[in-house]
Formats: sequence, C-alpha cells, structure tokens
Amino acid sequence: MTSSSSTGGYKTVKSWKDWLPKDVSILMVLLGTVFIFEVLGWFIAEQSFIFNTQRLTIIILQMSIIGIIAIGVTQIIIMAGIDLSSGSALAFTGIVAASFAQTSEYTRAVYPALTDMPVLLPIIAGILVGFVLGGINGGLIGYAGIPPFIATLGMLVAARGLARWYTSGSQVSFFIDDYAILGSGIVPVIIFLTTAMAFHLLLRYTRYGRYTYAIGSNEQAARVAGINIRAHKLLVYTLAGGLYGLAAVVETSRTLTAQSGAGMLYELDAIAAVVIGGTSLMGGKGRITGTIIGVCILGVITSGFTFLGIGSFYTNIVKGIIIVAAVAADQYSNNKNANR
Amino acid sequence: MNNQDDIILRTENLTKRYGGVHALEEANFTLKKGEHVAIVGDNGAGKSTFVRQITGVEQPSSGDIFFEGQRVEFNSPLEAREAGIESVFQDLALCNDLDVPSNLFLGREELLFKFGPFSILDEKKMMQKAKEVLERTAIKIPNLSNHVGDMSGGQRQCVAISRSASFASKLIIMDEPTAALGVQETTQVENIIRGLKEQGVPLILISHNLRQVFNLVDKIWVFRRGRIVGEVIAAETDGNEIVSMITGMQDGVHEKASYI
Ligand SMILES: Nc1ncnc2c1ncn2[C@@H]1O[C@H](COP(=O)(O)OP(=O)(O)O)[C@@H](O)[C@H]1O
Ligand SMILES: [Mg+2]
Repeated sequence: MTSSSSTGGYKTVKSWKDWLPKDVSILMVLLGTVFIFEVLGWFIAEQSFIFNTQRLTIIILQMSIIGIIAIGVTQIIIMAGIDLSSGSALAFTGIVAASFAQTSEYTRAVYPALTDMPVLLPIIAGILVGFVLGGINGGLIGYAGIPPFIATLGMLVAARGLARWYTSGSQVSFFIDDYAILGSGIVPVIIFLTTAMAFHLLLRYTRYGRYTYAIGSNEQAARVAGINIRAHKLLVYTLAGGLYGLAAVVETSRTLTAQSGAGMLYELDAIAAVVIGGTSLMGGKGRITGTIIGVCILGVITSGFTFLGIGSFYTNIVKGIIIVAAVAADQYSNNKNANR
Repeated sequence: MNNQDDIILRTENLTKRYGGVHALEEANFTLKKGEHVAIVGDNGAGKSTFVRQITGVEQPSSGDIFFEGQRVEFNSPLEAREAGIESVFQDLALCNDLDVPSNLFLGREELLFKFGPFSILDEKKMMQKAKEVLERTAIKIPNLSNHVGDMSGGQRQCVAISRSASFASKLIIMDEPTAALGVQETTQVENIIRGLKEQGVPLILISHNLRQVFNLVDKIWVFRRGRIVGEVIAAETDGNEIVSMITGMQDGVHEKASYI
C-alpha cells in the first residue's frame, strides 16, 4: 500500500491465476483426487475406481444430500456465520416429514388418521419445520446477538433431542410410493442441482445475495449503509433451515426410514465441503459453484477410502486434516492479500 | 440566534455517556446552509462520538438534534441517511469483497424487478451511474469491477466520499477522511470537498490537519474533553489560537507542533 501512492496503486500486473475462472483450481484438486484413486485402484484393487456405475451412483446420492445442506451453509459462511445444527436439524425435520408420509398399509403409523397423504404434505412439513429451526437460529443470532457458534451448538443438541422426543425414540418407516421416489434414481441429484442453481442465482443477482456478501465482508459498513442486519441474518438462517428440511426429505426417502440418529456429523461434512470449495470462513467470499466441487471432492475421498478398504476412522482422520488444511490455505491467502 | 431558516443542523445540550465515560457533554452546535465547518480536537475529545449521535449510529444519552428546523431522532444510520445526512466514517466503511458499484449503491441498489429481499439487481445501471459519479471526481480507478479491497487507500476513500456526495444529500459529514492517505490522494479528496462547496452542499469535516482545515472551511469548532470550547471564523484566527484552544494551554503550539 505504501509504495502505491504515486501510481494510484492499482495492480496492473496480474498473475496467471487471476486470468482463470475462480473455480478452476478447486476443479483441478477434484480431478487430481479422482486420478489418485483411479491409479491406486488399478494398483491395489485391480479395477477402475471411477468407471463403475454402482460406485458412482452411491457417491452421487450421498453427495446430493450433503450438497443440499452445504448450499445453505455456504450462504451462512459467506455472511461470516457458521451453522453446527444442520445434522441434527436433518434428523428432526426428517422424522417429522416421514411421519406424514406413511402408508395406511402399516397399522402403527405415527398419525393413523394422516396416512396416504399427498406427497406434497411431508415435503412441505419437512421444509417448514426446517424454516422454524433455522428461524430460531437466525433469531438468536440476529436479534439476541448470540454468537453463531453458540446458538447453533445449542440447536445441535436441542434438535437431536426433539427428534428423539417426537416419536419417543422409535424410527418411522413404511412410506407411500410417491415419497420413496424422492430419494431414488436421479431424483436427488436433480433436487440438489436445481437448489444449487436457485441459490447461485439468488446470491449472484439479487439484493439478498448482495447483502449476504456485504454483511460477511464488513458488517459495520453494511449497517451504516442502512441494511437491516438482524432481519437479513434471520432470513439467511431460515432459508438454510428450509434446505436442511429438504435434504432430510431426500435422505429419509433414500434410506426408507427416519430415525433420530440420522445426519450425525453431517454438519462437519457440509462445512468441510464449503471450505474446500473456496468459501472463506472470514466471510465475504465464496460461491455455490465452489461448494458443488467441494462436495464432489469430499464424496470422492469418502468413497475412495471405502473402495480401497481403508477403515472409516482413517477416513475421518483424513477429512479432519483436509478441513484444517483448507482453512489454513484460506487464512494464508487472506494474509497475503492484506499485506500487498 | 441566527435566522432559523438559514440553519440546517443544530444540537441542543447533546450529551453521550458510555457508562462512566462522559464522551460528549452538552454540545450546542449549529451549521448553516451551504456552510463548511471543521471540528478539531485532541484524540478522545469526542469528535467521532458527536458524529455518531447525529448520524444515527448511536442514540444520545440526552439533548436534542434539530435538522432543517425539525427535532429529529435517528434510530439507525438508515434513518439519518433517508433524512439526507450522508457520512464518511473514519474507519473506511466499505465492503472490501464487493466491487465499486456494489459499494456505491449498498443499501439503495438500482433494481430491475422489485420483490423484497429477492429483488433483482440492475447491475448495468449501477455500473453506468458509478462511472458517471467517479468521472466527476477525476479519480482514476481503472476497473470498477475490481473489489475495493484490492485498491489503494486513496481510491477507496474516494469511493467512500463519492458515495456520500453522489446522492442528493443535504449534509455531508466526513470523519478524518484523509488520515490514512498519501499527499496526492489527500489533494484529490480536498478537491472533492471544494466541489461540494461550489455545489452548496454543507459539510462537517473532522480533521487533525490544521492546514487543511484552514484551506477548506469557513468556521472551526473546537472540542476538548467532550465539550465544545469554541467556535471561530477561520479567517479571523490562526493556528496558534486553535492549538491553544485544543490543548487548553496558552502558547500550546510548542508542545503540539505536530498539529500544524
Ligand atoms: N463505544 C465506546 N465505549 C466507551 N467509551 C467510548 C466509546 N466510544 C468512545 N469512547 C470514549 O469517548 C471519548 C471520545 O472518543 P471519540 O469520540 O472517539 O474521540 P475523537 O474522535 O475526538 O478522537 C474517548 O474517551 C473514548 O475513549
Ligand atoms: Mg475519532
């Protein structure tokens, strides 16, 4: 900054990185990861890792659910917030949605009078309950001024408790056929990509997105500019909650059962995907497209470890390392920017 | 008292306490239409606190604010802004991750389609208007779609000032707008301020640079330890007198030579 006053100080020389679209480097990481597992696959398991329909299907299905959650988390992190409650929220919203999706052929339904309902009812129920949970998060953070980490940690515990309370711990299954479709075949992927597209447009072209980035970038400046910070935080967390509800519908439909233990640690996978996808935990920076790639990277790693027969505890260790590495890289590039 | 119609802003016994800290004590301040005044004072004299009260960033502990003859209570910066009071804050209130038009129009975006928070932005129009606004200030910013975080301090300050100057405002307040700037950038900002004088837009300038103050304003208000200790016509005083008022000491110029 000091040397710049004579020229007006703008950077004229761009590094080659500035010319590439922003997500290319993350895409390379994805391709690299796939390549490594592919090579290891031929060496260790003597078969292709990626050219395997069954494996690809599982990766994609699993990714879609984390992906829908991660979209909600992306906008929260862009706003310099955090949400630890998505996994528990998925469990509770899932169990509520499922309770409206049961078939009359099953005699011990949660609501015997509400069986064989149109499929829209459980979907709306899941999303609405998600709105409420997200709205409570947003209210605590925006209006009561509770730090996002604390507020959503409370919700992490409370929503899990609600999920147990709702059916006294027993799981919900025996769904109508229409509900089962939501989690089968290509449907979850369509739901994920449609949601991703919608939120990409929302963040890029609307006031909603502009304010989300502004608050994450400099909350004080956003307030002085006249943005209603509290209301906006409420809205962002509420919409995220709705996405958790949507993810819960897909998840319960895919597994054909809803249980209070569902979605364990999904919040960490979602946050990891967002951070790997290039969204800064410091706020102000991030894109849905990056998150989609981040979700893919995470899915490939998880599946790749299973494929190579490496235990899930190793997977978790590696995931942990990746999250820390991604945050460190973000920190490093932020420092570099601040110093130039 | 002056002719009421001439006065755009007046405060009566404006007071702000932070717990036990008396940051601002019974400030009686007036600003006439088209007038450019400076507020000077030592660090911690209460200058920024005064600005925060009249721009709605904070609410005073007691006392009244009159704007265009009406008693006003601003509960948020937005309300002050809607009344026509624009401010450039000491700590560059820009969003570093947004580009120039986004910052210029933050909180009052041009819209293609209005639908509450989901209104669609008219980015072309904002870019066009941003270009026009910045052309008038003669500030060279090569690429308006760069993030302001990538720009120099001077360019960013010019964006911040342009933001307040470009909207039909009735009063502009600048809190140490050149404190972090180099010589050239300071000159650019001073030129913008002169332009505002020609346009007849009243201005309150907070500055530590007494030479700048004497060059730019009609009247100087001196704050000391939360109180207004003097108002003097710039043409009828000199640096020594102002420094004595700032410090509360006679011939304070020797101890506080850095002000000049
Ligand atoms: N938010 C706050 N809480 C407590 N004390 C404050 C706060 N803001 C300012 N002060 C105190 O009020 C006094 C005036 O501060 P300020 O208005 O920033 O002075 P200036 O802008 O003239 O340097 C100082 O003593 C400062 O420490
Ligand atoms: Mg100050």
